[in-house]
Amino acid sequence: MSDVFIQQTGLTAFFGKLGRSTLNGFEQLGDATMLGFHALGLIFSKPWQGKHFVLQLYALGVGSLAIIIVTGAFTGMVLALQGYYTLAKFGSESLLGAGVGMSIIRELGPVLGAFMIIGRAGSSITAEIGIMRVTEQTDALEMMAVNPKRRILLPRIVAVILAVPLLVAIFDVVGIGAGYIVGVELLGVNPGAYMAELIARVSMHDIYGGLVKSVVFGFLIGMICTYMGYRATPTTEGVAQATTQAVVIASVSVLIIDYILTSFFL
Amino acid sequence: MIRAEKLSKRFGDVEALSPTDIHIRAGAITAIMGGSGSGKTTLLRLLAGLEKPTSGHIWYGDEDLCSISDERLYTLRESMGMLFQYSALLNSLNVYDNVAFPLHEHTDLAESVISTMVAMKLEQVGLRGFEHLMPSELSGGMAKRVAFARAIAMDPKIVFFDEPTSGLDPISAGVISTLIHDTSTKNRMTSIVVTHDVKAGLSIADHVILLWQGRIIAEGDPDAIRHSDDERVQQFLEGRPDGPIPFSRSTTSYIDDLTHKPGTVRLES
Repeated sequence: MSDVFIQQTGLTAFFGKLGRSTLNGFEQLGDATMLGFHALGLIFSKPWQGKHFVLQLYALGVGSLAIIIVTGAFTGMVLALQGYYTLAKFGSESLLGAGVGMSIIRELGPVLGAFMIIGRAGSSITAEIGIMRVTEQTDALEMMAVNPKRRILLPRIVAVILAVPLLVAIFDVVGIGAGYIVGVELLGVNPGAYMAELIARVSMHDIYGGLVKSVVFGFLIGMICTYMGYRATPTTEGVAQATTQAVVIASVSVLIIDYILTSFFL
Repeated sequence: MIRAEKLSKRFGDVEALSPTDIHIRAGAITAIMGGSGSGKTTLLRLLAGLEKPTSGHIWYGDEDLCSISDERLYTLRESMGMLFQYSALLNSLNVYDNVAFPLHEHTDLAESVISTMVAMKLEQVGLRGFEHLMPSELSGGMAKRVAFARAIAMDPKIVFFDEPTSGLDPISAGVISTLIHDTSTKNRMTSIVVTHDVKAGLSIADHVILLWQGRIIAEGDPDAIRHSDDERVQQFLEGRPDGPIPFSRSTTSYIDDLTHKPGTVRLES
């Protein structure tokens, strides 16, 4: 009798916890969406945040350039190596350019680029906003009649939305170029075949698909990372936790949305 | 005149402020005093509109702060200033830009005029010549003085001071207290000062509100507070450890907690 009671209690507790977590998740999702759209809605009202937007674009975009170039280069090089040895088994080495190009433009560029931007820029956005909360800087802005959503959140969200596609484009170009160097210069693939197959097989549809993905990822990263910082518990631990959560949630969201978008674009 | 009616605030199960009525006189210095956790900072944040009350109203003239739009609240705040407990300077800006920040945001003044105004405010707090320093390069006292200069940069009608002298050496604390008194008097500014510094509070205030456990236990001019026959007031003013205000916040018996702890061996007599 007591075993049954314990089992029921355990099951009830499990579903109770699951229910609370689910409700909490939906509540946070709603809160994040409302906060993000509220901040974005302020783009049409004065005072304009042009100067702050440019500063953020520089800090987030230019600041992430090095890591994007390094990641893009090594991704292209590994793809060329792996692709070459797989294609060589079927005597289709000439398709290497198309393989590298399509993989990077459709999938790896937007996804790996987004991951790098989350790690480099997203985490810094969350931590910076969180620290502003801990040190009452957001309250100080409020008391100086400056809306922190307009001053802090809006320029960062817009800067990330614009920076991600630009950085992904650089990732794509560097990756394809690095793949060319490994494939053609090191492994001896015909340069004409590499470029011809790349141009013939990669369509504008693939490029638009990659572009749309990177814009959507930029939107997700901007919304999630600003939200996590703005709603962080104003303690040192709270900011650390929010930063970790922002990176995890943004990365997982990118993968989930990537699957959904890929299923539309295929 | 700022008037609060039946103002209360709860954080979960904790009642930080019980329903309270308050009148803040225009042009006067009101000190809100009390021990740690008595609800004074909560009250200040409510009056400044940084927290939403659980119930009640806050009247600025005939406008209820609790029901006005965000836009209107920001307009009202253009005539307010606030000195935060930990200064809350904007870390990415130097001293000059911190003090000039509200002027840049809300005026169309030429930079040369703003520069003169910043120099005047910094001279008032004794920090002219330190414009180029970043907040991380300032001591606690200097940061408070810069925050003070920023709070009064727009010559506000109402200024909120949250623990303006806490963590400062006696000289810096004295300087800040004198600045609050002199600036408020000269500019006919309404100042609301939250402090547990009895000496500073009683020396500069025109009106004192004493809080304990989220309730007002005494109110009046500094002399009335000094001569209050309420034991709690006298204990707070004299800083006595024994009296009606207990040091321990625990509500359960220490002995019971120790002896009834699970796994504790109980001694039979």
